[in-house]
Amino acid sequence: MENICPAIFLTFGLRSTTSSVISILFQVLLSFSPITIASSYAAADLKVVDFEGLEKYLEQYEDRTVVINFWATWCLPCVKELPYFEQVTSTYHEDEVVVVLVSLDFSKQVDTKLKPFLKKHNLQSEVVLLDDPDQNSWIDKVDPKWSGAIPITLIKKGDRKAFYERTFHSFEELNTLIQSFLNT
Amino acid sequence: MNRLMSSKSGLLMSTLGILGLILFFAFTEPVDTGYKVGDVTADFNLQNAVDDSWVSLNSLGEVKGYIIAFTCNTCPYAVMYEDRLIALHNKYAPQGYPVVAINPNDPEAKPGDGFADMKKRAAEKKFPFKYLFDAGQKVYPQFGATRTPHIYLLDNDRVVRYIGAIDNNAQDASAANEHYLSSAIEALKKGEDPNPDFTKAVGCSIKVKS
Repeated sequence: MENICPAIFLTFGLRSTTSSVISILFQVLLSFSPITIASSYAAADLKVVDFEGLEKYLEQYEDRTVVINFWATWCLPCVKELPYFEQVTSTYHEDEVVVVLVSLDFSKQVDTKLKPFLKKHNLQSEVVLLDDPDQNSWIDKVDPKWSGAIPITLIKKGDRKAFYERTFHSFEELNTLIQSFLNT
Repeated sequence: MNRLMSSKSGLLMSTLGILGLILFFAFTEPVDTGYKVGDVTADFNLQNAVDDSWVSLNSLGEVKGYIIAFTCNTCPYAVMYEDRLIALHNKYAPQGYPVVAINPNDPEAKPGDGFADMKKRAAEKKFPFKYLFDAGQKVYPQFGATRTPHIYLLDNDRVVRYIGAIDNNAQDASAANEHYLSSAIEALKKGEDPNPDFTKAVGCSIKVKS
C-alpha cells in the first residue's frame, strides 16, 4: 500500500487525483439520485400518451375501481383538490382502487413545470401526460357531458362509469362516491 | 285513528321530502343550459376595458355577425389564443364580423381578472376588439359558457350559428389544421350553415365564488 499510493500520485499528479475524486463523488451522487426520484412515482415514470394511448393504458385497470382525474399544474382548482386524490391512493390497496391523474399540461412545460411540480409535491398517484392537441376528437369520448373545462373526474369499474365536471372539497366527498362503486 | 293516520302520513311525507332533498343535492350536476345553435341571444350591456365605454351588441351598429369570445387574462389557454383573436378581429371586423371578448370570471374567485387587470392587459396587447367585463356574472350563464376560451358565433339576427373552439391546436397555432371558427364565418358569408357547428376544447373553468 505504502508503495502503490505514492506511485499513483507520482504518475497522475495532484490535479488528476482531485478530478478523479470529483468524478467518484459525482458517480456516488448519481447512484443515489434514482432513489430520490423513485420516491415520487410520477416524476420518474411520467408516461406521455395520445388519447388512444390513454385508453390502452387504462385497460390494465378494468378489473378494479379506477379514479381518473383530468388536471393541470396551471389549473388552480385542480391543484387544490389533488390532496384528496392522493389520499385515495394512500387509503386503498392498488388492487382495489387506482388513481390516474391525467395531466393536460402543455408539452413545452413538462420539464419546467410538470416534473418539478410532481417532485415538489411528491405525488404518489400515477400521472400520465395526455399530449393530444386535437381535443375536439376525444373530449366526447371521455364523456359526452364534458364541456372541456377542467378539472373533471371519472370513476370507473368495468362497464360502470360516473362523470363529474366539478371540484371536490374534501376526501370524504370523493370517497363517498368511490365507496358506492366498491359496495356493488 | 284518523289522527294516527295523518301523523303517520305526515311523517312519511316529511321523510320523503328529506329523501328528495338528499337525492336532489346528491345528483346536482352542472345543468346543460344556455344557448344552442339556432337560439336567438338576448342583448347585453357591459363595460369595455379598452375605453370604459358601455357596449351592447346593438350599439355595434350594422354588422353581419358577432364573434363572442368568452376569455380572460389568467387562463393559459385563453392567453394562447389572444394573438389569434386579434388576428381574427383584424381580418373579419372589416368584413362585418367583429370579435367581442367577454371576461366571465369573478375577480374575487380569480385575482388577476378584475376590470383594472383587464384594462392593463388590453393596453399591453393593444386589443383591437371590445374586451367586456361580465360584472355580476349575468351574461355567461345565459350563453351557457363553461370555459375560457369559449366561442359563440352569431349572425346579424343574433342567432347562434357556431359554438366551440377557434381551431384544433391550442398550443401551436401553426400546427392547427382545422380552423373551426374561420370556416364557420366563411360559411356564413356564403349563406351556408357552418359544419361543424359545435366543437369542444379543453379550457379553464369559469371562476365563481364558492
